[in-house]
Amino acid sequence: MLSEIQKQLLAEIADLHKVPEGAYNIRANGEAAGRNSTANIEITSKTDKPGIDIRIKPGTKNESVHIPVVLSQSGMKEVVYNDFFVGDDCDVLIIAGCGIHNCGDQDSAHDGVHCFHIGKNCKLKYVEKHYGAGDGQGKRIMNPRTEVYIGEGSSVEMEMVQIKGVDDTKRDTVAKLEKGARLVVHERLLTHGEQRAESEYTVELNGENSSADVVSRSVAKEHSYQIYRSRIVGNALSTGHTECDAIIMDEAKVLAIPELEANNIDSALVHEAAIGKIAGDQIIKLMTLGLTEAEAEEQIINGFLR
Amino acid sequence: MLELKNVCFGVENQDSAKEIIKDVSFIVPDEKFVVITGPNGGGKSTLARLIMGIEKPRSGRILLDGRDITELGITERAKLGISFALQQPVRFKGIHVVDLLRLASGKQLSVSDACEYLSAVGLCARDYINREVNASLSGGEMKRIEIATVIARGTTLSVFDEPEAGIDLWSFQSLIQVFENMQKRSHASILIISHQERILEIADSIILIADGRVSGQGSRDEMLPELMKSTVPVTCNRILEGGVSRAQ
Repeated sequence: MLSEIQKQLLAEIADLHKVPEGAYNIRANGEAAGRNSTANIEITSKTDKPGIDIRIKPGTKNESVHIPVVLSQSGMKEVVYNDFFVGDDCDVLIIAGCGIHNCGDQDSAHDGVHCFHIGKNCKLKYVEKHYGAGDGQGKRIMNPRTEVYIGEGSSVEMEMVQIKGVDDTKRDTVAKLEKGARLVVHERLLTHGEQRAESEYTVELNGENSSADVVSRSVAKEHSYQIYRSRIVGNALSTGHTECDAIIMDEAKVLAIPELEANNIDSALVHEAAIGKIAGDQIIKLMTLGLTEAEAEEQIINGFLR
Repeated sequence: MLELKNVCFGVENQDSAKEIIKDVSFIVPDEKFVVITGPNGGGKSTLARLIMGIEKPRSGRILLDGRDITELGITERAKLGISFALQQPVRFKGIHVVDLLRLASGKQLSVSDACEYLSAVGLCARDYINREVNASLSGGEMKRIEIATVIARGTTLSVFDEPEAGIDLWSFQSLIQVFENMQKRSHASILIISHQERILEIADSIILIADGRVSGQGSRDEMLPELMKSTVPVTCNRILEGGVSRAQ
């Protein structure tokens, strides 16, 4: 049974208010709190290390997998390995996410290592939300590593969201694309207090006509610190675009490092990076609509991180 | 009713001070359509910013319906019933047109309400409602959305700073229609900064601002022939320059 705190965490990270339909695996305080396989999606525990294997049969369409993780016990630290094997011609939605509630004095940490092996001609959407809560002195730490191998003609959309409450995070994402594969990443990040967030992407465009679009929008408030590093490597006829757009507030600091490497004459790569505070005329405009300065700021940030 | 009494405003640098608005007084009565016109750099936009509270006067008073609002901020003035369409509308990443209209109206807007505001400014609502108010919109589209936010607010005083700039000739008549419809609402008064002859022609009264001062004010019938005559050659030329031929 899930506690009330764990249920709240689930609602935050996976919009889940009850047990989901379809395939799911809920991990709570390091233990399996619920699992369901379906005819097309099989979830099994790993035998050599903590984590699960998720196998999706070829041709599976319009199905979803939820694999949320919640930690509500202070001092809990874990590394979990999840492997996804997606057969050819699938169209699936995978919702991961981690919520930590730490009201104790010891650090709580979840390091999720996700590896995706995606077949040919698939359409996959991956949503990962990170959230932290609790008023203890102990830190809430998440260090996800994601590896994505995208097969011929497949397209993958990744939504990576970390809006609140995670004290320390180092996110590492590596993707390798075959012929005609496409990757779209939308990262949204908000840090505050003394938080620190580091996000690094390496995307290799190995197949002809592969393409990638990696876009990060972030807001750094108070004394928080963010590093965003995005590296796109064109090894074939390919197109790549990476963009980092950050708002800084208060005493926050942001370091953005877009990086392009073209190893093929037909590789077309573009990067953009912009960091700045909220424009004064944006605040003025919303104030002329009757919003206070604080409300205006909130609307601007909410829109920016949408 | 809006009243400006002996308003002065200036900016100071380290070693110099520049007077921009010099002892300006005028009234915008209820249910009236008042146009401020005059040469570029004469202080018209500054006056609009002073009325909205974006700038504070050095001296003088500003009254709205008899209440002294000189010390009030932008938000308070907006809540008391002033709305303002900026000369250069602001873009926002991630905020949709419908969000802006919703914030302007201060209520949960139905899609059909939002569509009504957009149609009023000549935009096909279906195409725009979920567009981001970002760099993908043209200057003319931004200008129309800016006007739509003022319509959505439905306040007693609406101030427009050069609403015609960037609006194409073909849409001009519907823009005039927008102002006429707004004026029909009870007690609504409109203050427009404009160089446009066709806007001057529908004004109840016209205030001429030059070099930071009121250099003439009166009814349209009194002012318009004056403005068109060679007695104020500089102003007249500029009005024509800024007229129909300049609309983009």
